[in-house]
Amino acid sequence: MSATGAVRTLKIDGRDCSARPQATILEVARENKIFIPRLCQLEGLSTVGACRLCLVEVKGSNKLLPACTTTVDEGMEITTSSEELASYRRMIVELLFTEGNHICSVCVSNGHCELQTMAQRLGVTHIHLPYRYPKKQVDASHERFVLDHNRCVLCTRCVRVCDEIEGAHTWDLMGRGIDSKVITDLNQPWGSSESCTSCGKCVQVCPTGALFEKGRSVAEMEKRRQFLPYLTLMRGERT
Amino acid sequence: MAETRTIVIDPVTRIEGHSKITLHLDEHGKVADARFHVTQFRGFEKFCEGRPFTEMPSLMARICGICPVSHLIASAKACDALLAVKIPPAAEKLRRLFGNAQVVQSHALSLFHLSSPDLLLGMDADPAESHLFGVYARNPALARDGIALRKFGQQIIERLGGKRIHPAWVVPGGVSEPLSQEDRDAILKTVPEARAIAARSLDWLRSATERFHEEISVFGNFPSLFMGLVKKDGELTFYDGHLRLADENGQEIAGGLDPARYFEYLGEKVEPWSYLKSAYYLPNGYPSGIYRVGPLARLNVCTTCGTPLADKALADFRALQPGAVLSSFYYHQARLVETLYCVERIEQLLNDPEILTKHVRALANVNALEGVGVAEAPRGTLFHHYRINEQGLIQWVNLIIATGQNNLAMNRSVLEVAQHYVQGEKITRGMLNRVEAVIRAYDPCLSCSTHALGQMALKVQLVSPDGLVVDEICRR
Repeated sequence: MSATGAVRTLKIDGRDCSARPQATILEVARENKIFIPRLCQLEGLSTVGACRLCLVEVKGSNKLLPACTTTVDEGMEITTSSEELASYRRMIVELLFTEGNHICSVCVSNGHCELQTMAQRLGVTHIHLPYRYPKKQVDASHERFVLDHNRCVLCTRCVRVCDEIEGAHTWDLMGRGIDSKVITDLNQPWGSSESCTSCGKCVQVCPTGALFEKGRSVAEMEKRRQFLPYLTLMRGERT
Repeated sequence: MAETRTIVIDPVTRIEGHSKITLHLDEHGKVADARFHVTQFRGFEKFCEGRPFTEMPSLMARICGICPVSHLIASAKACDALLAVKIPPAAEKLRRLFGNAQVVQSHALSLFHLSSPDLLLGMDADPAESHLFGVYARNPALARDGIALRKFGQQIIERLGGKRIHPAWVVPGGVSEPLSQEDRDAILKTVPEARAIAARSLDWLRSATERFHEEISVFGNFPSLFMGLVKKDGELTFYDGHLRLADENGQEIAGGLDPARYFEYLGEKVEPWSYLKSAYYLPNGYPSGIYRVGPLARLNVCTTCGTPLADKALADFRALQPGAVLSSFYYHQARLVETLYCVERIEQLLNDPEILTKHVRALANVNALEGVGVAEAPRGTLFHHYRINEQGLIQWVNLIIATGQNNLAMNRSVLEVAQHYVQGEKITRGMLNRVEAVIRAYDPCLSCSTHALGQMALKVQLVSPDGLVVDEICRR
């Protein structure tokens, strides 16, 4: 076996783990049933390291590294949970809540939302920062789906699934920093997009209620993502 | 300078919301005018703009934690109109069941938790003891009955909607889940106890009321119009029907009114001293178009209740006075008659085999750009009126809530009570209690009616003609 094909051995939270070369810390942790929070990463899609929730401590590194994009090295010693990490992660989730208008009680995804579940899991009980209450729009021009910018956390799962799986690349990002937003085609109403195939994959991968099926009432939007690994597999075999 | 004074009661306690009362005295120390100020503001009509209409029922339910179900139903009916669908019969029956349960729990809250201290301990009781615990100390069985009755309603809501407060179960086109046989049977088992409590509470209230002759004669005892929904044959209903208005003689002055055309015969007036608008009957003008809604009004406009025990109780109610029952003190008794009616209706609905039908939702896209939903909430007729764009986003909202419709009557009732009980410049405890009690008879929900946030409290100020506060009592 060549050196590149050799199994890597490392420690996650003091546990000895083995991994394939090029595997990410997040993949290895998942194989070993070690929980690392994440919002932007989704199995079957490429990784972008956007949400920063999966930051972990790596011995010898003076900065925190995102587990979803960092590949393992021989002898790595990784810490996935510490007081400091927990506090950073809570802060990230709090910032997401203050940045948009996330009103769980009247959201279509209430009870089925990854942001909500993450906040609960990380012990976010209060938001310590002032809410920004930005004025954001709802795009309901599509026949079957609705985009509510108020609930978007800019994870870009919609952008990636549309590009990588459906091959349409209807979605993209525009603006910078706090003004960033997801757009369809060249920032035109979704309903008038010529590239959208109305497949609905973006809706199913969206972690919050930002993308949902039209006609859904509060707490009724449950996302189905089981299809994603199969589509990725089929696509992999085709290329 | 003319010697006039103003008495201010701020905040008003044991009501749902935040308000104050001012009493203006003339130079002889007599009450010349009284104002019931609602001091909270919320803005639901405005911030819903731009939201998908499918979110409206749950969004609107957030107006109130006591009657969220009424807002859910009125809102969902407005959304049904936007979809332009006829909802499945089982869904309609389930909504009726849900609404009846809500009336039971809300009426129990109003009568037992908020008003029974006045009725049991008397109008001159020490405010420190005038609460449900005070009632429990004097008459534990009564307090327990009140709590059990409210629990009966709340548990039905929980079984149907998943939770007791703000359930999201009522949706445009019907309801989201059918009723299971297991839940149906479980609810049915609790009906006999609730019916027995409602019946014996009515007996208790009738005997308790006997010593309040003086209050009955001045607690909003004046001629006015009464309005409520009735079925085609004039039967009492909380879910749908036509609007009927009756005068002080109990005579119908307008009937068969389409509730969706409310704006043709109802107006709303804004007064600078309150966030609560005053509704009036347009043909009579403002403020002559004063009308009352809620339990007293519903029993004054309906022909029958349509259930055996409630009809018997309605006959006793009607015997109180020839023509319409005018004293707002009798809101309490009307509330219990309706409670009895709702318990009986709940049993009838549960025994209807169709209630278990699985098809409970009509699905459709936007088919109309404007929709009105009207239902009878515990406190009176509730109007939800929405306009949307082709994409289903809310463009405009108008809500008319029961308490706004009773606003003119509440002001007049406060004046009546104050004129009778206020003597001189000093505020007495008995007078303060009675001014509050008459407001409480209407069971106003200020959070609903201003679509606003607030806390319960009462403040009364006595103000002189030159604007000086000569006396003030604040209770929190």
